[in-house]
This record gives sequence, structure tokens and C-alpha cells, in this order.
Amino acid sequence: MTYILYIAMSFLILGLIISAIRFVKGPTAGDRTVALDTLTTIGVAGLVLLAYVFGRFIYVDVALVYAVLGFIGVIVIARYLEGAL
Amino acid sequence: MIYLILFAVLLLLMLAAAVYATFQRDLLYAVIATGVISLVLSVIFYMLQAPDVALTEAAIGVALTTIIFIITIRNTVRHEDEHDKHSREKKIQP
Amino acid sequence: MEILEIIGGILILIGSAFLFLGALGILRMPDVYNRLQAGTKATTLGAMSLIIGVGFLEPSWMMKSIIIVVFIAFSNPISSHALARAMYKRKRYPIIKSEDKDMDAYIEVFQQEEEEVKS
Repeated sequence: MTYILYIAMSFLILGLIISAIRFVKGPTAGDRTVALDTLTTIGVAGLVLLAYVFGRFIYVDVALVYAVLGFIGVIVIARYLEGAL
Repeated sequence: MIYLILFAVLLLLMLAAAVYATFQRDLLYAVIATGVISLVLSVIFYMLQAPDVALTEAAIGVALTTIIFIITIRNTVRHEDEHDKHSREKKIQP
Repeated sequence: MEILEIIGGILILIGSAFLFLGALGILRMPDVYNRLQAGTKATTLGAMSLIIGVGFLEPSWMMKSIIIVVFIAFSNPISSHALARAMYKRKRYPIIKSEDKDMDAYIEVFQQEEEEVKS
């Protein structure tokens, strides 16, 4: 079980680094916003996995708040790019 | 060991995003970088066994800060150079 | 007890692999729309699978895991759709790389819209 958690965590770390590379490289504002969206989703999954590692039930609430509120920033940026805010 | 690597990667990511947001001339990119800083800082608070602080950081940093900064950019200018040029022209005019 | 742990481990491995592939997709793809496709759909499946896997490992967490999965299933397509709509309104059209332009389904629509904009 420990090795499975190690493999999953290293995949998540690689995903974080690759998304950050796209965030720095991205030519337009849309690419950077896509990178932010991907980082948010990976962050929610990582928070749930870390809650299992720490063994506390109450820590899942932070991931719940991120899943509820994480898309508001992306929607506001998209509406600004559209010119309709 | 893997959690130490995760902690180091998160710290380096937050530092890189903060430097990027400071030296970027396009203010919209700086606002997106602020969102990345808030996300990573929330995960760092979480790994330091402070879930209440992480909850507050998630609620304020992701939603509220981004909305306020985007409305500010909407009402002023997006590029910092435009602002400099604008103020210089205003200064020349009496 | 054992079978739940095995199912949870397999789901966690699948989910983390899909999250990594989605992040690799937004690095490798050539266009905003392709990056959106890889970076939203693959990571949605990955996050769902990983969270349900954690729910299998700790069966008393299953209810909250399902709530998180439902919120991800609501919020991720909304942000993806809003972003694609914004980039289309800003006239950033998809890059066409194939030699045979007639094969592409979008080119007629884009030519029509460009003519409408010019006229």
C-alpha cells in the first residue's frame, strides 16, 4: 500500500511541475488559464490523497471547498477575456 | 521522503510564481500567477497541519482576490507600459 | 476488507496516471483548444477516480468523496466551456496542420465567419 501511495504522489508531483512549465511558457492568456485550471484539479486530488495519508477525516473539507470555489477564478478571467464582464 | 520532495517542489513553485508575478509587465498574467501562489500556499498550510488556515486561504485567495483584481484591471489598463505612457502624456499636458 | 483495499489501490493508480497524462497533454499539444481538451477532460477523470479510490480505502469517507466528485463533475466542464467560448470570441482559431485542408471540418465555418466580420 505504501508503494502505491509513493507512485501516485510522484505522478502528482510530475504533473505539478509540467503544468508550471506550461504556465511559464504559454504564449497567450488562455494557455496560462488552462494551466491554472489543471493545477487546481491536481491540487484537489492531492489534498484528498494527503488527507488519507494523514488519516484525518476533517481534512477532506479543504478539498471540498477547493472543488466548490476553484472554478470561480477561471470563469471570471474567461469573462474578462470575452469582454463581457 | 516523498513528502519532503513534495514540500520542496511546492516551495520552489510558490517562489517561482511570486517572482514571475513581480517582474511581469502584463497585469493579467500577474493576477493568474497570484492564483497559483494562493493554491500552492493553501497546500503548504495543509501539510503543516493547519487545515483551518488552509480553508480560509482557499476561500479568500482563489475567489475573492481574483475577482477584485480582475475588476480593477477592467476599470484601469491591462498593460503596465500603457499606464506609464498614459501618465507621462498626462504630465506633459498642463 | 482485502478486496476493498485492492480496488482502492487500482483506482488510485489509474487516477494519478490520468492526472499525469493530462498535465503532459497541456505541455505537448499545439493549440489552446487541444490543451483545453487534454487539461480538463483527462484531469476530470483522474481526479474522480482518485477520490473514489480513497473512498474505497476508507469506507466511512465514501459519502464526502461522492460529494466532491459531484462538485468536480459540475464545475470542471463549466470553466472549460467558458474558457473555450472566450478564446473563440477573441478569434483565436484552431491551428490546422494537415496538408488536405478540405478534410478539416472547421475551415468552412471559420471562412464564413471571417467574411461576415469583413463585410
